[in-house]
Amino acid sequence: MTLSIESLTVLYGDKVAVDNVSLDIAVGDVLALVGPSGCGKSTLLRAIAGLVEPAEGRVEWQGRDITHVPTHQRGVGLMFQDHALFTHRDVADNIGFGLKMAGVGAGARAVRTEELLVLVGLEGFGPRSVEGLSGGEAQRVALARALAPEPALLLLDEPLASLDRARRIELNIELARLLRELEQTAVYVTHDQDEAFSLADDVGVMHQGQVLRVGSPGDVWRDPQFEIVARFVGHEAMIERDGQRFAVRPDAVSIATSGELVGRVKTCAFQGDRYALTIDVDGGPWRLFHSVAVEPGSMVRLSLDPTRLARITDI
Amino acid sequence: MALAAVPAAFVAVFFAYPVATLLVRGIGLDPGRLLDVITGSRFLKVIWFTTWQAGLSTLLAGTLAVPLTWAIANRQFTGRRLARVLVTVPFVLPTVVVAGSFIGLMDRFGLDQGTIRLRHTVWAVLLAHAFFNIAVFVRSVGGFWTQIDRRPEDAARTLGASPWLAFREVTLPRLRPSIVAATSVVFLFSFTSFAVILLLGGPRRSSIETEIYRYAVTRSDISTAAALSIVQMVAVVSLVVANGWLQRRVAGRQGLVADRAVPAQTRRQRTRLVTMLAGTALLLGLPLAVLVERSLASGGGYSFANYQALGERVRLLPISAADALVNSLAFAVVAAGIALVIGGMASLAIVHGTRSVSRVLDLGMLLPLGTSAVTLGFGVLISLDRGVLDLRGSWWIVPITQSLIAIPFVVRGVVPVLRAIDPALREVAATLGAAPARVRREIDLRIGARALATGVGFAFAISLGEFGATSFVGRRSDLLTVPLAIQRLLSTPGDLLRGQAMALSVILMLVTAVVVFVGDRLHPKAGGML
Repeated sequence: MTLSIESLTVLYGDKVAVDNVSLDIAVGDVLALVGPSGCGKSTLLRAIAGLVEPAEGRVEWQGRDITHVPTHQRGVGLMFQDHALFTHRDVADNIGFGLKMAGVGAGARAVRTEELLVLVGLEGFGPRSVEGLSGGEAQRVALARALAPEPALLLLDEPLASLDRARRIELNIELARLLRELEQTAVYVTHDQDEAFSLADDVGVMHQGQVLRVGSPGDVWRDPQFEIVARFVGHEAMIERDGQRFAVRPDAVSIATSGELVGRVKTCAFQGDRYALTIDVDGGPWRLFHSVAVEPGSMVRLSLDPTRLARITDI
Repeated sequence: MALAAVPAAFVAVFFAYPVATLLVRGIGLDPGRLLDVITGSRFLKVIWFTTWQAGLSTLLAGTLAVPLTWAIANRQFTGRRLARVLVTVPFVLPTVVVAGSFIGLMDRFGLDQGTIRLRHTVWAVLLAHAFFNIAVFVRSVGGFWTQIDRRPEDAARTLGASPWLAFREVTLPRLRPSIVAATSVVFLFSFTSFAVILLLGGPRRSSIETEIYRYAVTRSDISTAAALSIVQMVAVVSLVVANGWLQRRVAGRQGLVADRAVPAQTRRQRTRLVTMLAGTALLLGLPLAVLVERSLASGGGYSFANYQALGERVRLLPISAADALVNSLAFAVVAAGIALVIGGMASLAIVHGTRSVSRVLDLGMLLPLGTSAVTLGFGVLISLDRGVLDLRGSWWIVPITQSLIAIPFVVRGVVPVLRAIDPALREVAATLGAAPARVRREIDLRIGARALATGVGFAFAISLGEFGATSFVGRRSDLLTVPLAIQRLLSTPGDLLRGQAMALSVILMLVTAVVVFVGDRLHPKAGGML
């Protein structure tokens, strides 16, 4: 394990921001921390960076306790939502800042800065002022700056949230590729489930300061275990069977003439290779995917595959 | 912690201790005397004069500021921005230069005698105060007026109000916060005015400031002067407190919008605008133009003779005027350096310190603003006279005292800039390996550099023109500064001496103007006062 967090608790006054969290991240893995705003994911990230002092618990780095090591000695890279570029320096100076702090000479710094500019697709941007950059460009500079000193651990706090949709998708794909290529160990905080699923090896779903469920995106999607987690990954509908509670996964439902249930089609959205339907059934709207379009308002028969229902184990 | 300790110790030794000494000398030694002084009929007259002249000066400044304030707020015209900058020239001038230019004005137009006699009348004092405070009204009221939403006024007009009624009923009440702010600041300035009253008021007019000076310096009656200083401190602190209270009371939230000024449309509007601008330009430009003219006039013609004579010794001055200029520049450099170090450290400590350190230091650094220059200089003079702190005759006491007056301006300019830095920048720097001290250097000082440079330039200008405090602490004859030399030259009749005073004033005016406007370019919000 590279990073290991043990029973970490962070308080903001009386409020428990991070509540007894334990997590492990392996070398080269990307862990996405997801959850609604205010769930404590950013605070957990700041505690890992050493920017907030935890009330209890430990942060270990390859077996060494770093809970009380100051931020500047931890060797972590950090990337913010609003990029937090140093506006009083040009692009190259922003990227070279960490190297300068490490005492790297001007020549070596310039070489490395150029490498990073190429890496993030901003060749020749070095002498530019950071004030004139577009949102996407600024975010690339912020990424290059965080990567320049080759941090053992990269922390990303909603790095794409300030971008428009097209830019977000583009940068998300590129970020995923970069993290994989560099085999960069990273913790990625986001409130966007798609973003998390598309680049993380593991996803941790947070709620009220606690990490409810950690696992690969597939595991969490198939077996969310908690109702909150199920809803977060998109399984809105819950049903009761034999005194047990289940979340209705889209792949558990199919339209079949022999189906035992009846529902009315509410919406039908084209998604390229398939149609996403929501259907009013007793107990709430169900989501499912279907290969052909169905007219909203029409009645359909549905069948349920009980092996694909996600069992809810909380409360 | 060292960041907080050094400025705190500096202010404690050079400000708090002198003020405390003053209080002890004034009250402690002779309590009955204090009461006698305050209730004595002469002193009641002095307090009364100080108050009413400040009131009238404020009224006059406010009235004379109306045309330009209106024009800047409502009319789009070429040179509008320049007008905003130029109007501040008189405000930043050293007070002895303002006094000198009014004396020049009276000389030039023969207002010393004859039917319109200004010399040694209160009118000269009021006009001089108005002259350099007009900027406060124009900048604060005009700036605010430019930005308020005009639609309520438009609504009033559609409801049948005449332009004047719409102004009186809708616009004026909304301008009130800025008017109150400007009024109370100008009143405070006029109340604590020293050089202008000393030089223009004549021997019979005395304000609290000049009275302290007379007792302390002319009569060497320290305890009476100390008693007067206490009265002055109480008055100034009450004014500052009242000022803050008033501003909080009237400060309402206003919808601020972009500049809505429009160009003059009709011929009549154009004529009116030109008249207003020309009138103000004459009012503010004439004294300064005459100052330059007087500095060049000698022996019936115009030449640089007065400037050339600055290198020679005159009997009235212990050293030549040129040497005084060298002194002044040296003091200004050192005072600016002290203000840079102490003000910079204090600003960092205020922004980064724990809450209580931050609060205490924030207040402590602004305290010198609540003391008049005369009380400060007097306090330093009578307190720092023992053991290691025996600095009475030392060279250093002059720039140290001057820096005390400048430090609040540095802190007021720099702290808001540092507070506005996105904390994420410091956090990113830390994750990139910058230790806390390095973060301050790489982030705070780099971003605050302009504000700091402007504050230091301001400190330089303040030191260069400082008169009130320096007239106490800079009395060793070889430490003579330019403002003190000007005052001596102006107080004595004689064409050559007058001419040299004018020449020195012009030099001081130019240096000050250059420093302040370079600073304004760098960082328009610093300097704090306007």
